[in-house]
Amino acid sequence: MDTRRGALAVPKVRRVGFFTPTEPPPESSQRPNRSQSGPVEATTSSSPLSDSPSGNLISPVLIPPSRHHSDNLTSHAAAPVPVPGPAAFRRYLAHDRSLHVGSYNAPDSLLGTSPPSSNGEFSEDSVSLFGFQRSDSTKLSASFPNGGFDLTLAVRAPQESETIIETASASEGKKKIAEVSGKSESVTTKPQKEKEPKSLKDKTTKAERRAIQEAQRAAKAAAKGEGKRHADESVEANPGKAAKKPQPKKERPPISSSVSEKTAVAVEKEKRMDVPQTQMQYDDKSRVDKAKRRAVVEQTETKNKVELFLHLPQYERGSQLPNLSSNFFTLDTIHHAVYKVGLQHLAGDISGDNARCIAMLQAFEEAIKDYTTPPMKDLTMDLTTKINGYVSFLIECRPLSMSMGNAIRFLKNQIRKLPVNLSEPEAKASLCSDIGRFIDEKIILSDKVIVQHAVSKIRDGEVLLTYGFSCVVEMILLYAHEIGKKFRVVIVDARPNLEGKKLLRRLVSRGLDCTYTHINAISYIMREATRVFLGASSIFSNGTLYSKVGTACVAMVANAFSVPVIVCCEAYKFHERVLLDSICSNELGDPDAVANIPSFSTKAKQSKMMDNNKNLQFLNLMYDSTPSEYISMIVSDYGMIPPTSIPVIVREYRRENLLL
Amino acid sequence: MDFQVVILAGGFSSNLVPLVSKEVPKALLPVANRPVLSYVLDLLESNNLKDLIVVVEGEDAALKVGGWISSACVDRLHVEVAAVAENVGTAGALRAIAHHLTANDILIVSGDIVSDIPPGAVAATHRRHDAAVTVMLCAQPVSGPSESGGSGGKDKTKKPACEDIVGLDSWKQFLLYIAKGTEIKKDTRVNKSILCAAGKMELRSDLMDSHIYAFKRSVLQEVLDQKPAFRSLKQDVLPYLVRTQLRSDVSSDQNNVEENGNGKNNMQNNEVVLSQVLSNASLPSFHQVYESGLDSRKTHKCCVYIADESKYFVRLNSIQAFMDVNRDVIGDANHLSGYSFSAHHNIVHPSAELGSKTTVGPHCMLGEGSQVGDKCSVKRSVIGRHCRIGSNVKIVNSVVMDHATIGDGCSIQGSVICSNAQLQERVTLRDCQVEAGYIVCAGGEHKGETFARK
Repeated sequence: MDTRRGALAVPKVRRVGFFTPTEPPPESSQRPNRSQSGPVEATTSSSPLSDSPSGNLISPVLIPPSRHHSDNLTSHAAAPVPVPGPAAFRRYLAHDRSLHVGSYNAPDSLLGTSPPSSNGEFSEDSVSLFGFQRSDSTKLSASFPNGGFDLTLAVRAPQESETIIETASASEGKKKIAEVSGKSESVTTKPQKEKEPKSLKDKTTKAERRAIQEAQRAAKAAAKGEGKRHADESVEANPGKAAKKPQPKKERPPISSSVSEKTAVAVEKEKRMDVPQTQMQYDDKSRVDKAKRRAVVEQTETKNKVELFLHLPQYERGSQLPNLSSNFFTLDTIHHAVYKVGLQHLAGDISGDNARCIAMLQAFEEAIKDYTTPPMKDLTMDLTTKINGYVSFLIECRPLSMSMGNAIRFLKNQIRKLPVNLSEPEAKASLCSDIGRFIDEKIILSDKVIVQHAVSKIRDGEVLLTYGFSCVVEMILLYAHEIGKKFRVVIVDARPNLEGKKLLRRLVSRGLDCTYTHINAISYIMREATRVFLGASSIFSNGTLYSKVGTACVAMVANAFSVPVIVCCEAYKFHERVLLDSICSNELGDPDAVANIPSFSTKAKQSKMMDNNKNLQFLNLMYDSTPSEYISMIVSDYGMIPPTSIPVIVREYRRENLLL
Repeated sequence: MDFQVVILAGGFSSNLVPLVSKEVPKALLPVANRPVLSYVLDLLESNNLKDLIVVVEGEDAALKVGGWISSACVDRLHVEVAAVAENVGTAGALRAIAHHLTANDILIVSGDIVSDIPPGAVAATHRRHDAAVTVMLCAQPVSGPSESGGSGGKDKTKKPACEDIVGLDSWKQFLLYIAKGTEIKKDTRVNKSILCAAGKMELRSDLMDSHIYAFKRSVLQEVLDQKPAFRSLKQDVLPYLVRTQLRSDVSSDQNNVEENGNGKNNMQNNEVVLSQVLSNASLPSFHQVYESGLDSRKTHKCCVYIADESKYFVRLNSIQAFMDVNRDVIGDANHLSGYSFSAHHNIVHPSAELGSKTTVGPHCMLGEGSQVGDKCSVKRSVIGRHCRIGSNVKIVNSVVMDHATIGDGCSIQGSVICSNAQLQERVTLRDCQVEAGYIVCAGGEHKGETFARK
């Protein structure tokens, strides 16, 4: 675990420096087409879209990516900045670095496309900038043995990176994945995040000063040589990270003014605020203790934990609920609607991502309605802290799902973007309507759209297999039945929750022809199935499906039987994180649920005895991840898309729609 | 948290007759020298419930209770004391103060409870299930003098074997049946539709209704309005709600849905989908299953919260209970008393005077300014303020209230001496109750008697 965490630490940094356009050197060198695409793009800078299909794996996206220059904060700083630096690089690259051509192409293409006019002007300005970067990077690389470059990027890059991505909207998908992965993984590794930005801040200012000095006198070649050497060193130093760590310093956008620096920091801060559900590593003792002191819900951790999953929170189930409920009246800080939702999450009364998300949003809506700004406080600030409190309370009750994280992010953004001159009732009304709109558009309407799309895939005489319970899959099945399609449903279920029973009951009561089986019969029943419909908890930007445990098994068996797997997922559940396995990010359920079989009450006693056995640990994982290879199609509100298109949607529509 | 708390403090309970009087309403009966109501108030205060409505039967009693409350905790709590006519019953009392109730949910607590069960738990359960009524059930307290030495007292004042009979569903969340144990003679009726819907019912006699309820206000008021004959919450309202939970006449939250429906048609459609998503996501309770089976039916939920067995709970509703409570509060459950105990597990007020060779054993309490003569022995007893106790007196398992006078050579076991009562010399009492101000003549030997003026 330790090595793993060490490795994860780097991406955090990368996330900020998010614009990865430079990708891992090994990868780029492996792929010849990349190196071709670069030059081509550089020349045909006018149409950013045209090159996207040529260069990568991503199949055409169904939705024309709309250009979006909306980020007002960054645009002024970003527009002039990125151009000269990379241009300079390119020149240098061209004549003395053939090795890394691939990696440099990426920035070229991006930057070349964005503001075409600026292509021609690289002059002493660019030179000086270049020098600055070199020196800076070397210095930092010294101070941060691993990932120093990334760190420097981290501070300055964010805004530029955003704009780059937006302007060159359909650049290489692979690249995007890489960068998104960098960003998202950063989310998972919280521990280092806390202190680094701060240290970075003064680092950079110092670095900047020095850079300006050095810019005047340093010889370009020398600077570059040094930088290169350092880069190589660092790569060698931690080979584990080599793949992840590009040599991005080269295109680090030069920052000439302190103003832009400040905005960069501000953006960085905002970004950090954006990420509500950074996961805590629960094997980190000090952090856990700290969190405990803040905690609203008194929880005792279970003793007998599975070693591989120590980083996930696992509490004694029995004690939480009574504890929390006995404090019902003393928890003044938590609004009662939020409290109720928390209780329901904790007790498992509400399950299912959509329902949890809706319940949470409705509770927030109610809380906002009842909210009054205390005197001498700002609504935006105070409400945000309030919401933060609610969110951490909900997290204590049960870890949030990705979709809930997205919804919270949306809400916080709305709060932040409230016009200052709005009166309190107006602000509250606007927030409430925003929440209502989110629920309506992102969940309800999405579901309807998904149903429409998915039903077109159901033909008469088919046998549809579904796993567990997903509300959108249920809607699809019911609607298909309603419009007179003739099909049969196989519901595959699994202990301990047996959610499929709910689905089964409702489908049968509506007159559908159903078969109910457990997952251990999956390989037999899959012979009959002609299509597999699955729900999702989240889909990550590498196309990995994160869903109820067992889904991966179903998808893989379906794949083995050549049955198409259709995943139905609302777009608000897409997440820019990249997930490679289901260990890093998962949720542990009640271990007793695995051990206890309700119908055998005598056995329950036995298992209680087994509970105390040191050699026995129960593991009740809640989620697993299905690699994108096993998914034939994702039906979302943006249409039917392949899993490889997820990053595009995340990138294009996040800012526009979700974070509007 | 949008809860209103109503404390039903009662008036002059007939069960406690020699102890309560015009001067001392039930709510002010001293338990370890504090009125019993103070235990309830403390419990609520510790749960951050400071806006309370105390309902007292009878104007006089209300004045007394109000006077005590204003003197005791005016600075800490915001208490409204409402007087209702005598003998209207608990339901009648609530009817009378219905216009005061505004919150969505009402927590109703009996005023004679000595307990450390957090009422928040009931409220939380209530909220979680969105129930019409939530009842707190607790294990039956061990009644009778627990110590083996208490001879004779046991068989005499034993409580009925089971107080309540409750039927629970298999998850112990819902209340399917409730009846008073004493009412059931040989057979009883169980609602068939409820039994069918729930599938399984667990009948238990070891649980007792604790008289802490959370009601949805709309439901409570509707029931009270519709059924003017209902007098008691426990005997009328609660069984009625439990009986009718699958054919609900009360609109528990229907108005809510209607309000939402006022929007645009499209919006309404979305609302329907929304509520469907929400309800589909949760495991349907048998109510919902039943509801979906028959479209026109409306249901409401009656939930239970079963208190942990380790918690202390006693209702002061009989003389025996009074003895038990006094014993426990200075004994086993002394965390409730709020006093700090000495090294000998007893409380002797510094101003109390003890004669020579007088022993005050553990689990005793000696109030302020009391005087105890020579060669006395006090065991497991509570002695109030300014009592005068002569020499050579034995007091065991008893309660002596304020300003009582006990002559020399008395022996008191398992008895209650109310305030201002007087025992002349060499009186032997066993399991007796002496009314306030009564004078017991010298030299008598009594067992199991009640001394009261006619």
